[in-house]
Amino acid sequence: MAADARISGQALRWMMLGEWRARPGRVVLAALAIAVGVALGFAVHLVNLSALDEFGRAIRAVNGEADLQVHATGPAGFDEGLYPKLARAPGVAAASPAVELTARIEGDGPGVLTLLGLDILRAAQATPSLLPGDLGGGVVEGQGPFDPEALRLSPAALKASGRKVGDTVTLLAGGRSARFKVVGGLPGVGDSQRVGVIDIAAAQERFGQLGRLQRIDLRLAQGASHDQVAAEVGRLIPVDAEIVTARSEARRSDSLSRAYRVNLEMLAMVALLTGGFLVYSAQSLSVTRRRSQFALARVLGLTRRALLAQLFVEGGLVGLIGAGGGILLGLGLADVALRLLGGDLGGGFFSSASRPPLAFAPGAAAVFMGLGLIVALAGSLLPAIEAGRAQPAVALKTAGDATDPRHRPSPWWGAGLLIAGALAALAPPVFDLPLFGYAAIALMLAGGVAAMPWLARAMLAPLRRIKNPPPAAALAINRLWGAPGQAAIALCGIVASTSLMVAMAVMVSSFRGSVEDWLVQVLPSDVYIRIQNAETGGLDREVQQALAATPGVARIGFRKTTVLRLSPDKPAVTLSATPVDPAHPGLSLPLLGASRSVPAGMTPVWLSEPMARIYDLHPGRTMSLPLNGGARTVFIAGVWRDYARQFGAIAIPEADYTRLTGDTRRTDAAIDLIPGASPQKVIAALRAKLPPAEAAQVEFAQPREIRAVALRIFDRSFAVTYALEAIAIIVGLTGVAATFSAQTLARTKEFGMLRHVGVLRGQVMAMLAIEGALLGLVGVAAGLSLGVAMSQVLIHVVNPQSFHWTMETKAPLGLFVGLAAALIAASAGTAVLAGRSALSSGAVRAVREDW
Amino acid sequence: MRGLRAVLLGLAVMLGAAAAPNTVAPVYPVVKAGPTLSFPRDHGAHPDYRTEWWYVTGWLKTADGQDLGFQVTFFRTRPAVDQANPSAFAPKQILFAHAALSDPKLGRLSHDQRVARQGFGLAEASTTDTNIVLDDWSLIRGKDGRYATHVAGQDFVLDLTLAPSQAPLLQGQGGYSRKGPKPEQASYYYTVPHLKVAGTAVRGGKPMKVTGEAWLDREWSSTLLDPAAVGWDWTGLNLDDGSAVTAFQVRDAGGKALWAGGSFRTPDGTLTHLGPGEVAFATDRRWKSPRTGADYPVARTLSLKLGGAVQAFKLTPLFDDQELDSRRGGGPVYWEGAVRTGGGRGYLELTGYLTPLKM
Repeated sequence: MAADARISGQALRWMMLGEWRARPGRVVLAALAIAVGVALGFAVHLVNLSALDEFGRAIRAVNGEADLQVHATGPAGFDEGLYPKLARAPGVAAASPAVELTARIEGDGPGVLTLLGLDILRAAQATPSLLPGDLGGGVVEGQGPFDPEALRLSPAALKASGRKVGDTVTLLAGGRSARFKVVGGLPGVGDSQRVGVIDIAAAQERFGQLGRLQRIDLRLAQGASHDQVAAEVGRLIPVDAEIVTARSEARRSDSLSRAYRVNLEMLAMVALLTGGFLVYSAQSLSVTRRRSQFALARVLGLTRRALLAQLFVEGGLVGLIGAGGGILLGLGLADVALRLLGGDLGGGFFSSASRPPLAFAPGAAAVFMGLGLIVALAGSLLPAIEAGRAQPAVALKTAGDATDPRHRPSPWWGAGLLIAGALAALAPPVFDLPLFGYAAIALMLAGGVAAMPWLARAMLAPLRRIKNPPPAAALAINRLWGAPGQAAIALCGIVASTSLMVAMAVMVSSFRGSVEDWLVQVLPSDVYIRIQNAETGGLDREVQQALAATPGVARIGFRKTTVLRLSPDKPAVTLSATPVDPAHPGLSLPLLGASRSVPAGMTPVWLSEPMARIYDLHPGRTMSLPLNGGARTVFIAGVWRDYARQFGAIAIPEADYTRLTGDTRRTDAAIDLIPGASPQKVIAALRAKLPPAEAAQVEFAQPREIRAVALRIFDRSFAVTYALEAIAIIVGLTGVAATFSAQTLARTKEFGMLRHVGVLRGQVMAMLAIEGALLGLVGVAAGLSLGVAMSQVLIHVVNPQSFHWTMETKAPLGLFVGLAAALIAASAGTAVLAGRSALSSGAVRAVREDW
Repeated sequence: MRGLRAVLLGLAVMLGAAAAPNTVAPVYPVVKAGPTLSFPRDHGAHPDYRTEWWYVTGWLKTADGQDLGFQVTFFRTRPAVDQANPSAFAPKQILFAHAALSDPKLGRLSHDQRVARQGFGLAEASTTDTNIVLDDWSLIRGKDGRYATHVAGQDFVLDLTLAPSQAPLLQGQGGYSRKGPKPEQASYYYTVPHLKVAGTAVRGGKPMKVTGEAWLDREWSSTLLDPAAVGWDWTGLNLDDGSAVTAFQVRDAGGKALWAGGSFRTPDGTLTHLGPGEVAFATDRRWKSPRTGADYPVARTLSLKLGGAVQAFKLTPLFDDQELDSRRGGGPVYWEGAVRTGGGRGYLELTGYLTPLKM
């Protein structure tokens, strides 16, 4: 028994190493495919982890690690009277009030910093990391903590601004500007966050925040229960404030990029899956070619179980090498991606200013390594079972396809999987993620591949009925029809990569097309004005009137854009006060469906599509908005299409907004010009009318530029998607080429046989070309239809469930034609190239071997 | 001279003036001789002046017969910030409180502090009577004239009632007390000695009844120190016969007295004012702080010229290490300790021994 085991062990090693030595390319390719899949998945995961870490650090840095925080739901803040109430709440040891604004340093370009107005004495108790350190040390006479002109900048803000301690800077925030002197740093704030700290009284006075706070940081008394204090605080706070904890902030930051991240990881998994197919085809071919070897080994006493184990170990080793390499490759990729694209992989979710450091995740590394291994093992499972099932006696004599041409492949497996996929597509999201949508795509892919033998035969059947075809064509058709198993091995690579590529291409082109249409719809005016970071300020009535009276302006519509936090663990939504006519909202909003008529006395709002989906709100119902310290009930009149604000937007008539909030300042304007007026001249005239403090923050744009910028952002955020897709296709195509050439090389004997019976060399080549082209055609046809079906799952299930928006299907027909031509030519070309090398090595000798 | 409280000075140094356009700088009244103090009004705060304090020091005896020293001090300061800022957070008044417990068993001070800008009901000092609230700390004078104070630190809690047994003692000329060679270097200054203390001290989570005797110094001013001054020594002694001794000296960089003063009041109310040349501090023993390196003359002999004769008081500390480092809270390093003397007990304050104090 021991001797047997040793012999079989030796035999196995010999067989495996012999095979690998003979065909190193195939093993390397299979391992590489696994490596690429693992690397992509791991890299996407690492980049996101690093970005989230960085985001968490940013939040902690700006929050100063308070135990509990009360945050305003909007930039207008809440009444400061809440501060003493919270300071006295049971369980609260210290309460630190804060004014929190988004500010810009004049002359510093678009980079922003979080400007905090703090009471240094209170912050010392609740958020000491936001202070310069010891109050006694380093305090220079005349630069006291209450100096209203003293500004302290975090290291990143200091670096980004290029200023040094002692410089005077002008800060723009809340639509106002004020001069400050940089008196020192904030060493407690991390290295990457841009934070500035000034005195709270100065912040209230100079940036128009008198009586308002955006934030109160709390430190709990020792032994106080976090939940009890939170409940108590929850009872005390008004509707325009909410409790924020590290946990809810983490959820909020996670949900910022979650859908995008999961989509990228799924794409990486597609690459891994393609790698699995490659392992499958490599192992299948290698099993086919070694049939007689295995049969010999079986005859010499190797058990079926040992043979199975052998093939499994082979696959496992390929997987292990591939996955291990993939982890290393993934680390490198993540590092490069972080440096080139930033933490959101170009998605635009995090501030582009920060380049987070790479965070290694051993747990995730193990998971992705395991996934690579599992895929490789799964890929070698079917060939192993097939090899084990072979009758040694038969296998000893015949190499090649053991399938009897009379055996009819069954369509049921494929059909079953396809139906299961269609059903999965109907399921609702899980944890706000379209997990069933992805499952549907995987099932459809598996179903498509499983149906290939049957489909290939069904598609070739009409060709067999052609009367008197040229001999080469007849040979090719019969060969494919008769050995559908082998055809399917080659086809599954084509089908998998084609369908995935088509699905992604259809989705992206539909998305891009819908965005383009939407941009035209939402930008009907000639010139647009926007004030950056002015949520708390904006242009006042006087300036608005002056702008409206500018020569060349036919009509000007002002808007106020601000943000509202409706839920502590969801990103803020945009509130847009716009000149919308309740009777004809479709004139100013790209409505989806009809708008309801507004009941008398109700204030109407129109929700963006993501808003309605995320908060599960429907037209005809009412909702409550925290505005100006009170909860205002508003009527949801309709839903409009919006691709700009993924986390939701609310449109409210401008007049109603002013009535509810008393805020008459505006941050945006849309201007229609008198026919023939020069936009440049009007823009110059408008700019001259702006107050100097705001002029620096105001941007003018024409729709053409905005569209170009929007599409550039779109393309940038899809850059990684394109890259992943391209890699998946390259892996797939390489696999197809390798499979083809391997299959062709394995048929040397068949070619020798054909030459013996009088087939000309050119005819063999023609046969191979036709075979390749037919396979390509079948593959492309199947791949295209499968891909279009999968794209519908992406468009109607995955996108609405992850990003909460819908789009119209737009098929990139040019791409389809090009893809089909390229694939068919590639398969035919590969087959011919491989055939040439197979034919050159003495066909006669090849035949003699058999006899 | 109670009042040049180190802690306050530290803060005052930091409160730089803001000379921006459209701002209104504060105008500080000058301390002048003449007007006499009136009560209870002058028990309350005087927010126009730059600095002010309510300074309680004293000795406690626990139920098990142990001696403890304690200080409970509230300060008010008016920073030189814009008076025109309408923000409720404008730091026009800052309140600061400090409490320390001298326990010989511990061998060093337990202390804690509170500081806040006045406002929102969280930090307020009444202008009609002593009624100061600073978060959870307070010092309130009741209708019966008794003071109640509550201070809760990391390591201890004091809940004390302080009952006056004598009338307030007006220092200097009816409360106008000189602190330097120039007449404006002065403060309004009165003292309530021999306060009878009863209450609870919590240490290590264990409450214990305490009784004792304390001393209240009240002082407010806009200009205190001569520019040449680096620090001062102060002591207040409750003598067992009911007499009260106050003595202070302002030192220059060479350790010489720039100014000195004090008073002696007998139980029958006879008050003797002491000026420069009538108060002398001699050093009997020094103690060097292992933490900061400051070298303090912790054992002193105080000599007062009273009615032509010199009366000497030997001051012996309850224990040596009664140093207080308040630099983390923006204050200086100083020594503030319970001292014994023949036939009495009191407190000794030593400032400016590590770095010069500025004001």
